[in-house]
Amino acid sequence: MNASQSGNDLLERYAEHAGQDAVEQLRQLAEPLGGLKVVHVNSTRKGGGVAEILATHVPLMRAVGIDASWEVIEGSADFFACTKSFHNALQGKAVQIPDTLLREYEEVNARNAERLRPILEEADVVFIHDPQPAPLLSHCPNRQGKWIWRCHIDLSHPYRPVWKYLRRFLLEYDASVFSLDAFAQPMPHPVFLITPSIDPLSEKNLPIDPETLGRVLEEFSIDPTRPIVLQVSRFDRFKDPVGVIEAYRLAKDFVPGLQLVLAGGSADDDPEGEMVLAEVRKAAEDDADIHVLSSGHYSDRTINALQSAADIVMQKSLREGFGLTVTEAMWKGKPVIGGNTGGIRLQLLNHRTGFLVDTPEGAAMRIRYLLSERHRIGQIGQGARELVRQSFLSTRHLREYLTLIVALRYGTEDRIEL
Amino acid sequence: MVEFAIKDCTLAILATGRRAQTLRELRDVIRNVHVGSIYHHFWGTLLRPQFSDREYNNDFATWCRLSLHDNTAAERLAVIDPAHFSDLEDLRQELIEVIDERLDETEVMLFARADRQFHFARSVIVVFDTNKRLTEPHELVDALPLMSVGSIFYHFVDARRREPLGQDDFQAWLAGMGPDYEELRESVAAMDPYFESLFVLRDRLAQVFAGFFGRPAAGDSSRPPEVIA
Repeated sequence: MNASQSGNDLLERYAEHAGQDAVEQLRQLAEPLGGLKVVHVNSTRKGGGVAEILATHVPLMRAVGIDASWEVIEGSADFFACTKSFHNALQGKAVQIPDTLLREYEEVNARNAERLRPILEEADVVFIHDPQPAPLLSHCPNRQGKWIWRCHIDLSHPYRPVWKYLRRFLLEYDASVFSLDAFAQPMPHPVFLITPSIDPLSEKNLPIDPETLGRVLEEFSIDPTRPIVLQVSRFDRFKDPVGVIEAYRLAKDFVPGLQLVLAGGSADDDPEGEMVLAEVRKAAEDDADIHVLSSGHYSDRTINALQSAADIVMQKSLREGFGLTVTEAMWKGKPVIGGNTGGIRLQLLNHRTGFLVDTPEGAAMRIRYLLSERHRIGQIGQGARELVRQSFLSTRHLREYLTLIVALRYGTEDRIEL
Repeated sequence: MVEFAIKDCTLAILATGRRAQTLRELRDVIRNVHVGSIYHHFWGTLLRPQFSDREYNNDFATWCRLSLHDNTAAERLAVIDPAHFSDLEDLRQELIEVIDERLDETEVMLFARADRQFHFARSVIVVFDTNKRLTEPHELVDALPLMSVGSIFYHFVDARRREPLGQDDFQAWLAGMGPDYEELRESVAAMDPYFESLFVLRDRLAQVFAGFFGRPAAGDSSRPPEVIA
């Protein structure tokens, strides 16, 4: 099979989920960009949301005729310790980063630039993802194309000293991209807003067979004949797992058979996570219908099965980025009860795609409502799935990247006629 | 015979970095924000994620209702029809006057929570040709269900700003086709674009054309069957 045929096959697979019109639109929009060299750079090939997005986007870009590639910078343990601190600091945590780590950050970027310079300097468009590879631009003085810094982090309240240090590497970029307007920082160049997406063809989101579903429920001793409320998120105070247990207890008075599943995975490498997990275990200890899944890391397929088996999915966050776990559950036709914060607000519309809540009491009320009016679970779930299909799949995400590229190449005036 | 050239469009959304937490701040930013921001918060809102039935037809009204909890301001802002303003600067002036009027009669200054501020954005509209051409109105019966929502936005919403009479492109095309299509043109003219999603508008337009030509509305082949309501 040649590249063009496999690209078409891939697009047809997306069309099955997103609609033929969405895919046709991608083809047409990409036509004037055919053969454009686009390079994405991040710091890991596997693991984490950015790698997942690139694993979807690079083949999709190629499928519409763009010469897309994906480069990964290589770093030392100190480099990643430094960028982990950046990550925490940019989300507001006061972190002191030793000069030795900062020097390593800059040196690792300089070394990677030696390797990547020919590719980056001849590219038409370079997307640099997050802070890890940000200084690469300063090592490419003969760059030909447009350079875009894609920030996947909520930068609304950064720890200022760290942001001040990083910002100087970003000033020369041609544009930045943030996920939500509330996450952005002022920049001396155009700042674009592109919301994240889910990949309907990924293991996380493909329909799951009943055998796998039954096996997963059996593995965790979850009763498929009784109602299941699920929250998938790491054990973090901002995800309010204890608040979820409180909501479950309030609702269980009215729905005695109710089960709660908190799937958070292991918290071994996160001291604060361990503390939160201990609080969760304590809050759950006298109730066999609360299933706290905290040993090991669960596969995408397992999480998919849990989401598919749930009657109601919760994401009762007190603070949240975009909230892709909400999107994943909605795609599986589940009504979601979510915290009234961040990108969850864009996705949940009361009585249409789910419910926004501010308290455990509010969450309990919505659980009771849905389990007493069970036909609404299907109706709201269908609305949720349709909203995701229209607005939060990878095809929409790629369309916005293509639009951004057009806007940068033709000028960011109000109207561009191709 | 004038051909109908089916075009498509997408929006690139840019943050302006400007925001408001009170009605007064909203007015002050509206006074001098990029005019593309006025376009974006009235028209561009239709191309963003939304469920079908919208309470208000522009972002300013929605913010007053949901974040400031000022229903009076929300209702007065919602009634502004941007199609009545051929110049976006006139639309900006109307917004300022409505807000000034509300500020004059308000004794208490309402604040939005810090995380519910109004963020001013603007959009760049990228228009591209689908290379599809129609010569007869009946061809729209088959063509409409296959159009992207970007095409519906371009021809049915954005056109109101482009066309001197504030008409959508379908009406403008039918008007040049003689009296045989006047009834159809009036049916299209009667459709309000502001309260439904573009997906629903596409289905309704397809029904109107199919009904006029006495044909069953074509199924939306672009949608997976399990999500058709």
